[in-house]
Amino acid sequence: MSGNEPSSVDAAILPAVGWALARDIRVALRSKAELGVQLLFYVIVVSLFPLATSPSREVLATLGPGVLWTTALLASLLSLSRLFAADFHDGTLEQIALSPRPLAALVSGKIAAHWLTTGLPVALLAPLLGAQYALDSAVLGTLMASLLLGTPILSLLGAVGAALTLGTRGGGSLLALLVLPLYAPVLIFGAGAVDAVRAGLSPAPHLSLLGAGLLLALVAAPFAVSAAVRIALD
Amino acid sequence: MTPASATHVLDAQSLAARRGYATLFTDVTFRVEDGQALLVSGPNGSGKTTLLRMTAGLTAPAAGELRWQGDAVRPFDARLRDVVAFNGHLPALKDELTPEENLAAWIALDEAAARDGAIGAALDAVALGRQRQLPVRVLSQGQRRRIGLARLRLVRRPLWILDEPLTALDAQGIEALGALLDAHLASGGLCIAASHQPLPATRERTRTLSLVAA
Repeated sequence: MSGNEPSSVDAAILPAVGWALARDIRVALRSKAELGVQLLFYVIVVSLFPLATSPSREVLATLGPGVLWTTALLASLLSLSRLFAADFHDGTLEQIALSPRPLAALVSGKIAAHWLTTGLPVALLAPLLGAQYALDSAVLGTLMASLLLGTPILSLLGAVGAALTLGTRGGGSLLALLVLPLYAPVLIFGAGAVDAVRAGLSPAPHLSLLGAGLLLALVAAPFAVSAAVRIALD
Repeated sequence: MTPASATHVLDAQSLAARRGYATLFTDVTFRVEDGQALLVSGPNGSGKTTLLRMTAGLTAPAAGELRWQGDAVRPFDARLRDVVAFNGHLPALKDELTPEENLAAWIALDEAAARDGAIGAALDAVALGRQRQLPVRVLSQGQRRRIGLARLRLVRRPLWILDEPLTALDAQGIEALGALLDAHLASGGLCIAASHQPLPATRERTRTLSLVAA
């Protein structure tokens, strides 16, 4: 990729991010049903566990953080295949890649739109759903904080997987195989932060690690995604 | 984006394409300058689309090189991305948005501020004025191709690369394409198109490059 991006240094990056973000949000809002399905999936799966296990407060409070985090991860995965596939199949991705704007900035906007339409609602809904698991307010607060830090990492890592599986047969299941192991550390530190609070410890180390992971993913993922998109278009 | 007085030269030097183990074509050399159109013809599977994607900077050639203004350019080179307008097989339209919104988005991506009413005028020119508020989902193939023509008109780029521009267009649409091409070439634009039919553009500006099935 060296020598391909002389203009990206001086080109305005933020307008490109904003362009892709605005476009994807607008398209997402026109197909609200799809958004609703993902959130409903999250709500239903989270609500099934108390029905399937035990009504005991002890058991539920132990299960809760793990269930909420795992389901958030699956909800993110569910919407990933849509992130680039639609644009790939209708030719939008071609045009984006050929535009003078830096591709890494454009895909960042798309990833941001993915997080705003999936990760953010999931994080905001979590305290409400967590109430079913007899979690107290301090735990619920940490849960939401960990999801707010963790779900953008899911979108960023997931975008790399989504871009790498573009144009492959059985892309959806391949994507899950590729991305779920990468999600494991996020899950460990996210659910770990909540468990720490329940054990009376500080969630700060876990949250700091999530924050560090987020920064790393923010810097690296857009470039990996744009390289993968260019390969997919070749 | 570039003043019409500037000279543009696109040079292809012995390009070759391979798909898997199959060689599509080798040693394709051409040169296109201001006001010229190159019609790429050849049977199905002879590599017309691949050649066009190479010229647009989407695909790397297996051999040979592409030069813009004398400088060798690789796929996704910024110098090429600044000048190229690529209309491929895929319409690059969002079904959920209206033609107007689709075009506005592409213009915004180009940082070329559209004049008031420019989008409406471009849609009128391809006889889509009445459909401007409908979602693209309900439009026909031909109407989608026409939006692509309107985009060419709005996004002012010197190098047009059109893959099968006549597909799905009716007589009136072909006429609109002809007018668009003539205006583009007359103002010093370049065009490379793949088609099985002759281009509806001024004949003396058009040369033909025939690919043969390997």
